[in-house]
Amino acid sequence: MTTNLLSLRVASQHLLAPVGIVLASMALPAIANGFVLFQATQVMVFAVAILGLNLLVGFSGQLSLGHGAFFAIGAYVAAILMGQYDVPYWLALPAAGVVAFVFGLLFGLPALRLEGVYLALATFSLAIATPQILKLSVLTPLTGGSPGIAVSKPQAPLGLPLTDDQWLYYIALCVTGAQYLLARNLVSSRSGLAMLAVKEDPVAAKAMGVNLSVYKTLAFGTSAAFNGIAGALSAMAVQYISPDSFTFYLSASILVGLVVGGVGWLPGAFFGALFVLLVPNLAEGLSKGLSGAVYGAILIALIFFLPSGASTFRSASLLRTRRKP
Amino acid sequence: MELFVQQLVAGLSTGTIYACIALAVVMIYQAIGHVNFAQGEMAMLSTFVAWQLMQLGVPYWLAFVLTVVLSFGMGLLIERTLMRRLRHAPPLSQVAVFIGLLLMLNSAAGYAWNFTVKPFPTPFGTGPFLGASWISQHQAGMLASTLAILAALVVFFRFTRVGLSMRGATSHPVSARLLGIRVQALEGLGWGLASAIGAVAGMLIAPIVFLEPNMMAGTLIYGFAGAVLGGLGSPAGAVLGGLLVGVLENMAGTFIPVIGGELKLTLALVTIVLVLVIRPQGLLGRKLVHRV
Repeated sequence: MTTNLLSLRVASQHLLAPVGIVLASMALPAIANGFVLFQATQVMVFAVAILGLNLLVGFSGQLSLGHGAFFAIGAYVAAILMGQYDVPYWLALPAAGVVAFVFGLLFGLPALRLEGVYLALATFSLAIATPQILKLSVLTPLTGGSPGIAVSKPQAPLGLPLTDDQWLYYIALCVTGAQYLLARNLVSSRSGLAMLAVKEDPVAAKAMGVNLSVYKTLAFGTSAAFNGIAGALSAMAVQYISPDSFTFYLSASILVGLVVGGVGWLPGAFFGALFVLLVPNLAEGLSKGLSGAVYGAILIALIFFLPSGASTFRSASLLRTRRKP
Repeated sequence: MELFVQQLVAGLSTGTIYACIALAVVMIYQAIGHVNFAQGEMAMLSTFVAWQLMQLGVPYWLAFVLTVVLSFGMGLLIERTLMRRLRHAPPLSQVAVFIGLLLMLNSAAGYAWNFTVKPFPTPFGTGPFLGASWISQHQAGMLASTLAILAALVVFFRFTRVGLSMRGATSHPVSARLLGIRVQALEGLGWGLASAIGAVAGMLIAPIVFLEPNMMAGTLIYGFAGAVLGGLGSPAGAVLGGLLVGVLENMAGTFIPVIGGELKLTLALVTIVLVLVIRPQGLLGRKLVHRV
């Protein structure tokens, strides 16, 4: 009986925070105005992208400086499907994920042979080349070239009394929740363990019968799919995309968010997303012209003083709950 | 044929810039085993320093020498204050610090000198070189400067005590330390040299691409491609790779229509990926063997 009560209490303690967060985020549109909702949607967009990169870096040990490219693919797929083929948004979102997944697999194949610095170099050049590829004149009928494409915001169905901003916020909330659960389950599944083994010790993993190539490529594809979905959401939120929205700065932001949130800790994605969205604004407030310098300095300071990012606090709280019983 | 020779020479002369950047990348790779993503922004800042000195009335060559010395100091300072403490940090943290550095330098340069494009003088002149129609004086000067830097580096690494101990320190750090070589001090020297070489590259390419905070983004990618093609561990390979990439870029731009101006950066990306997949050690690099 006591053990039952105890486990109930532990369970409630464990559930309290997630349930609270979900309820609070569902209630947010009731109190927040359009701009705050837009910012909150953007936080979720980045959180999904960072979650995806975390699957790659934190769980399969590959480094990517170029995930903005997959983000861009997702955004373009969604914009083109919705704008030119009248595909509804709820189909465009998964389609963006699937296309990004395929591109991720394709890039993951050569990436198999690259390690560490070399993979960083290849993905860095992918990030730099992305805007140019998007501007390619052959693709202009589809992509709209440099001027870009406008995207219409999804509207609430069944005459629900919600503004477009509120409805998009709820879509983003659902997608983010689903992606988070997906990532969590993937990590604790057999495949997730195999990926982790590949990261920790490739030789030992191979000896245990884990197929390195399959899991590394799959990790690349999956993380690209997350970024594609994030890109599609972002296109709907911003309502406009152009090649210059997907510069190296985007890829760098996703990576910075990952480092700030903590590599290998999934909830860190939300802290990382808050950082990459809010700190540049903060830096802008501190000094208009030097915002990039302030941002860079904050980032470097964070790496020096808090090398594992927000996940530092996770281990502290974990120890506390372990010691209690 | 004339077009071909012209493009070959033009390719070689832009290739010299890529060769310089590749050299700088290789120097740092040798020192810390990682690629410095802020290399281009460091070179850009150096070029702005040279420009500022010239605005203050300093003659070109004096400004050139001062800039190289100051850049050496900047490289040393970055190593001392930032990189030294990250020696044992995971690669991801190092990459994030490079990104932070890149953002800082870019924004600081934009703040100090704004984002308008500025012309930059060339000391070699702009007319045709010795009456030849296929090479300009500036291009010839660029080629000569790069070959001079390479020659100096070869002498440094082959025949001087410091250069030899630097090679020892990178190939066998522990044995080198046991022999009394100050490995840490040499890492600082590597950063200083890389920064100085980057400064020369920046000042040489600025008359062509013009001076602005984002001038180095494309050049850096080609420098990386050159370094990878030649082999990340080999300075001579870096020069060879840089020149080859320059020629490849120009030839593809002239003779393959779509690639022309539109896919220039993609060409560098494809080069990097292809080289890494087919011959990861590059043309002149040594193959890495892992002990299990």
